[in-house]
Amino acid sequence: MLKLYAELIRIRFLTMLAYRVNYYSGIIIYAINIGAYYFLWGSIYADNTTLAGMTLTQMTSYVAIAWMSRAFYFNNIDNEIGMEVREGKVAVEMLRPYNYLSVKAAQALGEGIFRFAFFAIPGLILIRLFIDFPFPSTFSAWGLYLISLLCGFVINTQINLLTGVLTFFFMRNEGLIFAKRMIVDLLAGVIVPISFFPGWAQSVLGYLPFQAINYYPSMIFAGVIQADKALQVILIQLVWIVVLFLPITWLWRKARHNLVVQGG
Amino acid sequence: MGQVIRLFSDYLSQYFKTKLSYRANFFSELVSNLVFELMRLAFIGIVFQHVDKLKEWTLWEIVFIYGYFMIPYALFSVFFGFWDFNERYIIRGEMDRILTRPVNPLAQVCLESIAPDRIFSAITGFIIMIYAAFQLKLSIAWYDPFVFVLLIISSVMIYAGVYTAIAAVSFFSDSRTGIAPMIWNIQNYGQYPVDVYNNIIRFILTWILPFAFVGLYPSAFFLRKAEWYTYTMLTPVMGIVFFLIGLVVWNLGLKKYSGAGS
Repeated sequence: MLKLYAELIRIRFLTMLAYRVNYYSGIIIYAINIGAYYFLWGSIYADNTTLAGMTLTQMTSYVAIAWMSRAFYFNNIDNEIGMEVREGKVAVEMLRPYNYLSVKAAQALGEGIFRFAFFAIPGLILIRLFIDFPFPSTFSAWGLYLISLLCGFVINTQINLLTGVLTFFFMRNEGLIFAKRMIVDLLAGVIVPISFFPGWAQSVLGYLPFQAINYYPSMIFAGVIQADKALQVILIQLVWIVVLFLPITWLWRKARHNLVVQGG
Repeated sequence: MGQVIRLFSDYLSQYFKTKLSYRANFFSELVSNLVFELMRLAFIGIVFQHVDKLKEWTLWEIVFIYGYFMIPYALFSVFFGFWDFNERYIIRGEMDRILTRPVNPLAQVCLESIAPDRIFSAITGFIIMIYAAFQLKLSIAWYDPFVFVLLIISSVMIYAGVYTAIAAVSFFSDSRTGIAPMIWNIQNYGQYPVDVYNNIIRFILTWILPFAFVGLYPSAFFLRKAEWYTYTMLTPVMGIVFFLIGLVVWNLGLKKYSGAGS
């Protein structure tokens, strides 16, 4: 069984590799966005040394790493599920002797490995050539960041699976998927760190899984969350991973009974 | 021209028929567009919780510029939606079908991708702009509405020119270029006053990819920022120049086009 999923991960990685040219423009797009926020934050800080507990240097690191983390964890499996439901392909998928959602998760991992090696790392090196910001100085800080990033990837994939499965009930789902993508970017802290949010919003977000996707790992990278606090944060991420399995299992069980195959 | 308008109403009714057959998705698309706009506002709001000014700009001035910025883009995207031009018309060879028909090819491509519901963003942008104007207690002169319409048309023409030229690049190279999404991301620089960026970016946003003319420069007139008036007055000129560049590149490309060969 494990071999099957390893094979799925490998195949997805190779598929992505075949289309790697498409991702070169992706790196430039991320660089454009990082550039915009780099200048914007520079003007926002003006002569303030710290805002919401972050220095401008930490903010620069944060912006760069938040986008590059996104380059790694981002995937389209929600759209893929939506497409397969709409085109009726899901019927064939469900006849096959594997669990549909686990297959999607394995594909997401294959894509993630590709994105990490061919998108996030070269992107980070490219950005570092143009914008000066410090990398974590110790091995343990790097290690904690990478563990936290991996947890963020799992949580993002779980949320994508949830949104994708909703297509079983709505038939068409592109609008919701698009809105979800925007909301995740905002609430995960890609656009602005959560510590900048007003107090009430921060306490609401504390009960939601989004900041575990990007805010935590990026704060570890930027050196705002120190080692002792980092372990605590990773623990919260692990709790979210476990908690999110519940709605996925429940919705998936309902979805299989609800399935209407369109077209064919 | 009359023919194009008649075709437009036909395409329009087709559009609504397909959209309304998946009603829930149609509305969730509207809502998600609104979410997208509000998110960018949220960023501005969150930032101004911590600072009073961004360069010399206050919160409501930035919001006003953002409101303006939304309107021309929304109007433009009602008629222009061929972001996948390369994929759809060149690689899949749909362009050949277009060329066999007795209507202007550019008009056909536009008609096939109209999205009238994008007009809602223009309304949202207008409301945001007016609300910001009230907060700023801006004075309104009798000629302001006319200037506003002129500037909006100019901004729309800049978008149309830039993106038509970008789409036409596909005529010269068959492979996927991925330029359009890059330009779209650069365009988002235009929602903030250009003086927050460095000089190189400011130059690019003014003269090469003139996205400062779809946000700051025209809005500066209503914000009564006299130091930007020269650029405000240049907006219609830039609109015409870039629109013509777009048409010329498109026509050159069309001449060069020889089919994808499948």
